Amino acid sequence: MEYEPVIGLEVHAQLLTDSKAFCSCTTRFGAEPNANTCPICLGMPGVLPVLNRKALEFTVRMALACNCTINEMSRFARKNYYYPDLPKNYQISQYELPVATGGWVEIETSDGPKRIALTRIHMEEDAGKLIHDDQRPVSYVDLNRTGVPLIEIVSEPEITSPEEAAAYLRALRSMLVYLRICDGNMEEGSFRCDANVSLRPKGSTGLGVKTELKNMNSFRFVQKGLQYEIDRQNTALENGERIVQETRLFNSSTGVTASMRSKEQAHDYRYFPDPDLLPLRVAPELVEQIRGELPELPAEKRERFVRDLGIPGYDAGVLTADRDLAAYFEGTVELFPNPKAVSNWIMTEMMRKLKGEENGIAECPVSPQQLADLLKLIDDGTISGKMAKTVFEEMFATGQGPDVIIKEKGLVQVSDAGELLSIVNEILDKNPGEVSKYLGGKTQLMGFFVGQIMKATKGKANPAMVNQLLAEELKKRG
Amino acid sequence: MSELYELTAWELAGLLKEKKVGSVEITNAVLKRIEEVEDRVNAYVTVTPDSALEQAREADRRLAAGEAGPLTGIPIAVKDNMCFKGRKTTCGSRILANFVPPYDAAVVELLRKEGMVILGSANMDEFAMGSSTETSHWGPTHNPWNLEATPGGSSGGSAAAVAACEAIVALGSDTGGSIRLPASYCGVTGMKPTYGAVSRYGLVAYASSLDQIGPFGRDAKDLALLLNVICGHDPRDSTSVPREVPDFTTFLDKPVKGMTLGMPKEFFSKLDNPDVERCIGEAKSVMESMGISFVELSLPHLDYGIAAYYIIAPSEASSNLARYDGVKYGHRAEGFTSMIDMYCKTRAEGFGPEVKRRIMLGTYALSSGYYDAYYLKAAKVRSLITQDFRKAFETCDAVFCPTSPTPPFKIGEKIDDPIQMYLTDVFTIPVNMAGLPGIALPGGLSADGLPVGFQLIAPHFEEARLVQLAAAFQRETDHHLKRPPL
Amino acid sequence: MKITSEEVDYVAVLGRLTLEPEEKIKYQSQLDDILKYMEMLSEVDTDDVEPMAGPVELYTPLREDEVKPSLQVDEALANAPEREGSSFKVPKVIE
Ligand SMILES: [Mg+2]
Ligand SMILES: [Zn+2]
Repeated sequence: MEYEPVIGLEVHAQLLTDSKAFCSCTTRFGAEPNANTCPICLGMPGVLPVLNRKALEFTVRMALACNCTINEMSRFARKNYYYPDLPKNYQISQYELPVATGGWVEIETSDGPKRIALTRIHMEEDAGKLIHDDQRPVSYVDLNRTGVPLIEIVSEPEITSPEEAAAYLRALRSMLVYLRICDGNMEEGSFRCDANVSLRPKGSTGLGVKTELKNMNSFRFVQKGLQYEIDRQNTALENGERIVQETRLFNSSTGVTASMRSKEQAHDYRYFPDPDLLPLRVAPELVEQIRGELPELPAEKRERFVRDLGIPGYDAGVLTADRDLAAYFEGTVELFPNPKAVSNWIMTEMMRKLKGEENGIAECPVSPQQLADLLKLIDDGTISGKMAKTVFEEMFATGQGPDVIIKEKGLVQVSDAGELLSIVNEILDKNPGEVSKYLGGKTQLMGFFVGQIMKATKGKANPAMVNQLLAEELKKRG
Repeated sequence: MSELYELTAWELAGLLKEKKVGSVEITNAVLKRIEEVEDRVNAYVTVTPDSALEQAREADRRLAAGEAGPLTGIPIAVKDNMCFKGRKTTCGSRILANFVPPYDAAVVELLRKEGMVILGSANMDEFAMGSSTETSHWGPTHNPWNLEATPGGSSGGSAAAVAACEAIVALGSDTGGSIRLPASYCGVTGMKPTYGAVSRYGLVAYASSLDQIGPFGRDAKDLALLLNVICGHDPRDSTSVPREVPDFTTFLDKPVKGMTLGMPKEFFSKLDNPDVERCIGEAKSVMESMGISFVELSLPHLDYGIAAYYIIAPSEASSNLARYDGVKYGHRAEGFTSMIDMYCKTRAEGFGPEVKRRIMLGTYALSSGYYDAYYLKAAKVRSLITQDFRKAFETCDAVFCPTSPTPPFKIGEKIDDPIQMYLTDVFTIPVNMAGLPGIALPGGLSADGLPVGFQLIAPHFEEARLVQLAAAFQRETDHHLKRPPL
Repeated sequence: MKITSEEVDYVAVLGRLTLEPEEKIKYQSQLDDILKYMEMLSEVDTDDVEPMAGPVELYTPLREDEVKPSLQVDEALANAPEREGSSFKVPKVIE
């Protein structure tokens, strides 16, 4: 029998607040272990949580961006389980009444756009970090990350391939980054993904037994992990085995998923309303205010670039993947209203230079104004496209404007008809043999003459004019 | 002339203002009294004479400088479940036997701000789970009126300290009667304020939706003064209610003539103890003579209070006490074979039988398949109990009832019979379920000379009305002036 | 029995409590008595009654997103049964 995979994703995104969700400790990374802790996030006896307003506003931002219904009244609940990175041995989360329900995210697939429906978005607190000693049978607990605000975004089981899963994750990630509420760093764990995978007979509608995949901390690993798990379940079913509902850990070095039974024994979280927090109200006024402040999201921007600026879909996709890059592009287009030219330049020259820079466009020493100036100079023939590339290198290296660099290097193009005419004749006189061959029909020698002239002018001659003058002068000699 | 330690806080405050006596003198008197009787009563887990005298000296300085508040320089005992920066706070448990908090509970801050003299931490049932102060890791507290009897619980140490004159006033906490029961059993006055009236920040949690800190004193006037110090909004406690706090002392002399008290028949039908019936009857006739009228009411769901409470409180406790795992603080077992083994051994060693029993009960009530039948059902019954009181207050100013079905019982009498122990709180638990303020005050002595108290319950945030009624009653009676024959 | 000895074991594991055999027996019968006592709740008609999580009928307050000083590392670890450097030390956690 042929099976098809059904995938649902649970994404945890760390919110970019300054302080933690329920205490005032900093959320900053990289401090000495336990330097960013207080009695509250240490879970000391007697402490109480108070919710961070920003964390709520950020959550509502994402929920609106995902077309969710914001629940005016929601509730925090305790998820009870013992783990040394969880100081209270319960996580403050949401269960029966999350902040947001429903909604969807649109992704691009090989057969066109597809909507992935969301189940819910809820708020919760992050756990700390465990470092395992590889010599001795001990682990070390660092609670700096404990209490950092998270949102959990739960999709419906509507994803049908690892590729779709990756596309969905990329879409979520770029939205979060656009909204400036998460840095989206998968390696550092500020954007994490767990997956529920099951197989069902192709065409059927029911759901098979699912396994939960954890620890896939890059888009590539998500695809690899899912593919492995799908194949594993496939073979199991083919061999008439049944799938066990369990949590499996993806091992990035082996590319294999393995059952983690240690955590299985107690999957009874005993959720109940957290009596230390009152019901959470999101006032409709607040929702409207946040809605009003939402930036244009990647999908809409992409569409607009294609529709209004005539940019090809692929290019528009690249330009809008990063909010800053899109802003740079639009900034340049305002100063040099030829979107295609700007886009081409960014997609080729700019991208090439930016490859190294991890911070992308933010690192770029060339301002939109300077890029626009360069493109103008090409446009009005002051420099050739070829020269422009050299100039751009220089601009990127020094941060200087194109005109400065052109003056310094004396790169201005010779477009003076008189001057060019004499050079042309000089070259023709020097090469009578080639001239007669040309007139004898060996027209491909045109290139030779152009080359000689460019050599004589150190490449500064205006190519268009050179071609025109050569043609005229050769005719005269015919 | 009676000893300094026998006086009320307001009497001592008067002497301090008139410079007739200093806080150091008072504190020394109380410390001396502690030395005399503590080995018989065991009201304290920790007494800290040096720090007490240090605070007393500072109080005298403030008094001299005219920077004193009404209770500056008055010695107070604080229940061992309120965090003290830099001082052992054990919650009566082995698992916290060596725990030294890095921060002060909100109420401790307020006491310091007022310049009160904190004598030490008062004994209690482990994690406030008990009605007799027998489950403390530090041994039982004895009732100053009869050392074989329990002082009630869980704030038995605080109540006994005030009764035995080992403190002038005290703070306790009340989750199901833990202030009002010991107040009654020790013949002192104690109040559980409205849930949300006093910050829980720094109060080691037993059952978060029921816990509330409150005062013990020798009369209503001391309570009013202490309420003025501890009541008020605290942004660190999300369940703390922002509202104007009245000056409770202004209600002490307000007339009570014409007020109506309700008598729930569900409570009075349960009375079958002659001492309690007599004291309650006498209290009633005194108040009638004061122009207070009584109406019988029915609060049909009171009968289910205990059952609902012993689902909700243990459920919350099972989660609140999960943090005691031997990782960050507190006791850690030795000789474990794995992480989970370390957890299980540590908690098995660190918790006493009653705490374990309630953790098991609460864990069961929340576990999958049982949540709806237990926790959810209890939470709904809780709504009904609250609605019953709301209705009751449409026809009365306050509810009048016993605090306990019996006078103080003997140490050991109920310790192996959980249900009998739980039933001790039948009259106090519904008040916590509804989050209402309740006061317990002395109503006389039993045939064999043990205190019997009664209880008044008011609508939310009507503590002042309770102060008013209690002060009026104590103007007409002298039960609160009786001292145990220690 | 309203609670089986398997359930007692299960609850003990969930609550991370090692129970001696005699404790198990004692707790099972005591919990059984308590649960029997609670059967009275089934008499109460709670259809369309809202459950009550707490007495305060307000919404949870919000805190401004302001960083305040944390504890010194040594304060944070002062009560730790075992520490190494500035971390809490625990038996190896195997995943
Ligand atoms: Mg989660
Ligand atoms: Zn903190």
